[in-house]
Amino acid sequence: MPRSPSSPAFWRSPVRGPWFTAVLGVVLLGGITVLFVTGLVSYAAYNPDLSPVNDKTPDKGLLGFYLFSWPTGPVWLYRLTQGVHVTLGVVLVPVLLAKLWSVVPKLFALPPARSLAHALERISLLLLVGGGLFEFTTGILNVQLDYVFPGSFYPLHFYGAWVFFAAFVAHAVLKMPAALRALRHPHDEQGDLVAPEPAEPTVSRRGALGVVGGGSLLLFVTTAGRSFDGPLRRTALLTPHGGPEPGGGPAGFQINKTAASRGISASETTEEAWRLVVRGRGRTVRLSRSDLLGLPLHSAALPIACVEGWSTSDQWWRGVRLRDLAALVGYEPQTAPDVLVESLQRHGAFRSAALRDNQVRDPRSLLALYVNGAPLTPDHGHPARVIVPAAPGVLNTKWVARMTFGDL
Amino acid sequence: MRRPVVRRPTMRWPAMRWPAMRWPAMKRPVLRWPGPARFGARPATRRSLRSYVGSPLQLLLLACSFALAGYAGVRLLADDWFAVALWFVGAAVLHDLVLVPLYAGADRALTGALDRVGRREWTLYVRVPAALSALLLLVWFPLVTGQVADHYRSATGLPGDGFLARWLLITAVLFGGSAALLVLRTWRTARSDRLRRAAKERPPAAH
Repeated sequence: MPRSPSSPAFWRSPVRGPWFTAVLGVVLLGGITVLFVTGLVSYAAYNPDLSPVNDKTPDKGLLGFYLFSWPTGPVWLYRLTQGVHVTLGVVLVPVLLAKLWSVVPKLFALPPARSLAHALERISLLLLVGGGLFEFTTGILNVQLDYVFPGSFYPLHFYGAWVFFAAFVAHAVLKMPAALRALRHPHDEQGDLVAPEPAEPTVSRRGALGVVGGGSLLLFVTTAGRSFDGPLRRTALLTPHGGPEPGGGPAGFQINKTAASRGISASETTEEAWRLVVRGRGRTVRLSRSDLLGLPLHSAALPIACVEGWSTSDQWWRGVRLRDLAALVGYEPQTAPDVLVESLQRHGAFRSAALRDNQVRDPRSLLALYVNGAPLTPDHGHPARVIVPAAPGVLNTKWVARMTFGDL
Repeated sequence: MRRPVVRRPTMRWPAMRWPAMRWPAMKRPVLRWPGPARFGARPATRRSLRSYVGSPLQLLLLACSFALAGYAGVRLLADDWFAVALWFVGAAVLHDLVLVPLYAGADRALTGALDRVGRREWTLYVRVPAALSALLLLVWFPLVTGQVADHYRSATGLPGDGFLARWLLITAVLFGGSAALLVLRTWRTARSDRLRRAAKERPPAAH
């Protein structure tokens, strides 16, 4: 048996071949395109062009060309797009690994370059493979709160995605003819992926695809439940925010960051100590929690959806409309401006967040005081928290201390 | 009376069957790189400029791809260029030169061991649950190993230490299910063998 991996005979698996690679390639072509689009959508959902506090990538330049005002409906919009982004990313892991396995002999093929174009294509493949693994790794580590990557998740995952996608498009275009040929003629197994001296098969090509699909299915059934409350969440056995809910009762739904972990002490949220400061048009209004309870209260059924891909079903929030708070400092509710919301929280990436005027004006956007019929608990943002339809979870600021209305 | 049919001789090709339907490795067309030009001697074969450069369309596509990757890349590397580049390249190197040899080696050891004990047909029944269990561990290792357990508990208010037990449980179910399938298959094969033997030994029915 040849010892050098650059010799074609070194690779023995009879499963490798253009058909197997093409099938996996087509699955990834569709899947990664959906991942890229839902990723860009999530980036837009933060409204990064609204205010520096929302923008973790201030030097994005042309890469923010497509940004738009994030809508407030349907209320499950971000829940859907980000749930798809993360769940699909997890589910595609075995497909990505199988695809890389199926072409690994090419890594060692000699000569290293046949022409200038071929040399450039191989450099591009480093961006493709390195970029793909970088994106999957940072994403999967981030949803597990394992922040070992070198820097803030947002710029790494966003710029990394563009590097990866640039190489991905080139690769898809260059390999499309070969992939289509292989799919059209599944029995015409030729080329440098096919083992010249194959070992005795232990599994058919379809069987191998079945194993890959089985891996995806297993990841799906142990992950997808984290986008729903109750019994479905319990099926998400190995996933963060899967399993049972934290506690029971009205506040028994998922928490992104507990009060203790953000350094919110009980002494600063008492009726005597806590005041909401509302500013705008040169005016400042200070309100205690009982002052807020004296304002007209409204209800809205809205979910919480996190960038990490988990979400809750609709919770029943009750509180003061954001546009009514704007009216306290002299704005017309129908033409209320943007708002900068600041939390009692002293550290953390989103201790302050900006909301756009369309979000402020929506009648379902509340400064919530109650959830599911009971006063907010400290972990859900007591004394008051923002809840906005269809917005990413971190823009629903908890433990609100200041709100500044005006064009940002 | 029919005229005898005159058969023309036909050309018979040797049966071309997979995997022989390819050139043997030695006879593959090999690109010859021209040697250093000797004074007064013309090289026997000369590659055209096109063969050195490649397709212009491909070059254009790759140039566009590199332009976009470069635009995003300088921003990606803006903060801690060395660590990010290390992660980027390291991910590919770690996968291709560590992870793939590791699991391919494990698979070869498994098939070899089962071959030696004459149980080749067991391969899939061990390989599939092992691969699925390893996949779950690969994706969720920060939670399964408990390295983020404290941080996870303090942030989310959820217990962070149940993941190892759940992973072991899923692994046990996968191997248990696979073993049950194998027992079922062995039993069925044995039964059909018995039936076939019994049918052979029975005296032929009178017609």
